[in-house]
Amino acid sequence: MNVSYTPKMNESIQAVEATRQRRYAERHLRLSPEEKQRLLKEFHPDFRPDTMRPIKVGVSKGSVMPHELVDVLESRSRLDPDIFPLDKIDYDVDVLVIGGGGAGASTALMAHAAGADVLLVTKLRLGDANTMMAQGGIQAADKANDSPALHYLDVMGGGGFVNKPELVKALVYDAPLAIKWLEDLGCMFDKEPDGTMITQHGGGTCRKRMHAARDYSGAEIMRTLRDEVRNRGIPVLEFSPAVELLSDGEGTCRGAVIMNLETKEFFVVRAKTVVVSTGGFGRLHIDDFPTTNHYGATADGLVMTYRLGGRLVFLDATQFHPTGAAYPEQIVGLLITEKVRSLGAQLVNVYGEQFVYPLETRDAVSSAIIRECLEREKGIVTETGQPGVWLDSPMIEQIHGEGTILRSLPAMYRQYARFDIDMRKTPILVFPTLHYQNGGVDIRDDTSVTTVENLFVAGETSGGVHGRNRLMGNSLLDVVVFGRRAGMAAAEKARHVKPGALSLAHVSRYHKELDDAGITKDKVSPILLPPYARYQSVPGADPAV
Amino acid sequence: MGKAYEVPKGLTIMKAMEYAGYQFIRGCGCRGGFCGACGTVYRMPDDYRLKVGLACQTVVADGMYLTQIPVFPANKAVYDVEKLRPVLGDMLKLYPELTRCLGCNTCTKACPQDLDVMNYMAAAMRGDIARVADMSFDCLMCGLCAVRCPAETVQYNIAILARRIYGRHVAPRAAHLASRVEELLDGAFDLRLDELTKLTRAELEALYNERDIEPE
Repeated sequence: MNVSYTPKMNESIQAVEATRQRRYAERHLRLSPEEKQRLLKEFHPDFRPDTMRPIKVGVSKGSVMPHELVDVLESRSRLDPDIFPLDKIDYDVDVLVIGGGGAGASTALMAHAAGADVLLVTKLRLGDANTMMAQGGIQAADKANDSPALHYLDVMGGGGFVNKPELVKALVYDAPLAIKWLEDLGCMFDKEPDGTMITQHGGGTCRKRMHAARDYSGAEIMRTLRDEVRNRGIPVLEFSPAVELLSDGEGTCRGAVIMNLETKEFFVVRAKTVVVSTGGFGRLHIDDFPTTNHYGATADGLVMTYRLGGRLVFLDATQFHPTGAAYPEQIVGLLITEKVRSLGAQLVNVYGEQFVYPLETRDAVSSAIIRECLEREKGIVTETGQPGVWLDSPMIEQIHGEGTILRSLPAMYRQYARFDIDMRKTPILVFPTLHYQNGGVDIRDDTSVTTVENLFVAGETSGGVHGRNRLMGNSLLDVVVFGRRAGMAAAEKARHVKPGALSLAHVSRYHKELDDAGITKDKVSPILLPPYARYQSVPGADPAV
Repeated sequence: MGKAYEVPKGLTIMKAMEYAGYQFIRGCGCRGGFCGACGTVYRMPDDYRLKVGLACQTVVADGMYLTQIPVFPANKAVYDVEKLRPVLGDMLKLYPELTRCLGCNTCTKACPQDLDVMNYMAAAMRGDIARVADMSFDCLMCGLCAVRCPAETVQYNIAILARRIYGRHVAPRAAHLASRVEELLDGAFDLRLDELTKLTRAELEALYNERDIEPE
């Protein structure tokens, strides 16, 4: 009996305990290729036709993407492009970096080192980004038994062999350079006493090349980069998101309009080159899924870049992690690392029965959990209506010996202990969670946008590096590798760009397209913040007026 | 917050404030206990003590009286990590107030990560940089220690200075990494990578399926 669980949950836990002994010897059948395809088609949000629609406007018109993304792409600008004044320039710089996560900070550092006059603007605080939350690690082929070529094969295989080859080459080639750069900055990677990096496998790797900094890998990288940006004196504007890119009227980027998030004042930034590194779309809650993502992950960069003609690729592929926390309410959507399953914890339903082999690929396990809860109705539903199934964590201690959880999963253990749940003794409730935007803006290997001049995109906002599915440990790598490349390329390009007149004509044209497609005028994007505040509207009293 | 709100039981401070109609701009970040954006100070009825917690990780309770401290005006030294040495003197040059620590332990009590802040500050005063780096590793830099410090030190900025000095100058370097970087810059992998980018999907799939997997 655990007082942190409801009586109904405790009842189900008794069933889980009753079957546990039997299940140690029970191996659930693996899915046949046909069964897997059927399962995915019926239950994975990527394959269900009702989760997506083709976009009606813009350079990728006709491409199918999740409704929630199409909604923000088919919205109007905050600015009236025909009357917004652009004659007063508030900031005039070489390189404007939009976004203050791992990619933006790496970009700013490299552009600054190359001698450029840099301005970094970010919606929340410097370092408020998914980078900060990444626990698992960062891949790089730097051991004697490994090579960038093997890393290349792993990335392509994970992505379904549709990744953009030049981007994968850049990722794996630069990986050891990125780790060395971070080591030189004083990042505390896990090491043997002789300095050898401690590396592990990740899903889909053929060599142990996952470098980590305990289970705070992303936090350690992000806080080091942030500290260095501050040491170098690079100007940063926090709580100042970009709301629109500026152009020459055609397909060349010339800066951005930013907004003070608190005072709602707008400022014009003229820049010779612009780097967009605003992260992904997790907080759009694709298909209503909870998410592991940071508060600010609202696809701002996709929206602004698309209006200026940036082509979007692979955005119909979203990564759902099968095991997000489903209870307690405080941590719903947070990631429960795959390691829990690889150490032997099974997935079981409300009656304590297995329903899927726990180490099927992520998409298949996610689909099986969704089917168990929504179709077969054998999941557990919490007080807040969140469905879930049990991840039988106590099995780990039995299989590998007492103390394994504290030794191998300390952050996970602490996460639950905070809410008086001892995962060594009771199972934990899980449900798939929206984890990563696989696709994004089409770029070249120097991060330049294929269809817009003087515009660069780095990190999760870009697409093609990971194909249709990213491997663990390649997103931290992505932000550092392509952030560095963006910084160097944007600074170099800025040397040859002559500043010119600023325009929002591309936004006027985009609005015209929306009108012609018969799309209503009521929605505005980028949305900047997810609408979590509960408002009770009263007729005759609109606070926005 | 100056007024009472009724919210459903079991919500975190963060979700309770959103339920009450607040749209966060400051005071909300990763929503998962990693970023330190949502430091909160509160009092409970009939208790004189000031309590602290992260809004995303702390459950509301009846009569909880709170305010957020999302950004703290902290002293941050500027340095070139390359040029620092792992000695007390270099730490003191950047943060002379380090020695003002009174040993009152208020910082430790304020830490939402349960770090032993006072004792890593003691290690800092001894110049034991490795110990500061190790003990402070899980720091989220939320600033609640500095808010409460009567000596006005900024523990979390001293801690990251120690970690960067440790990572740069004390931790042994990875020799295999340095030699791989040399190989890369010598072009040792250029040919093979170029070949790979030109393969057809079928050729790639064959190579992928043939690759041997390093044992666990």
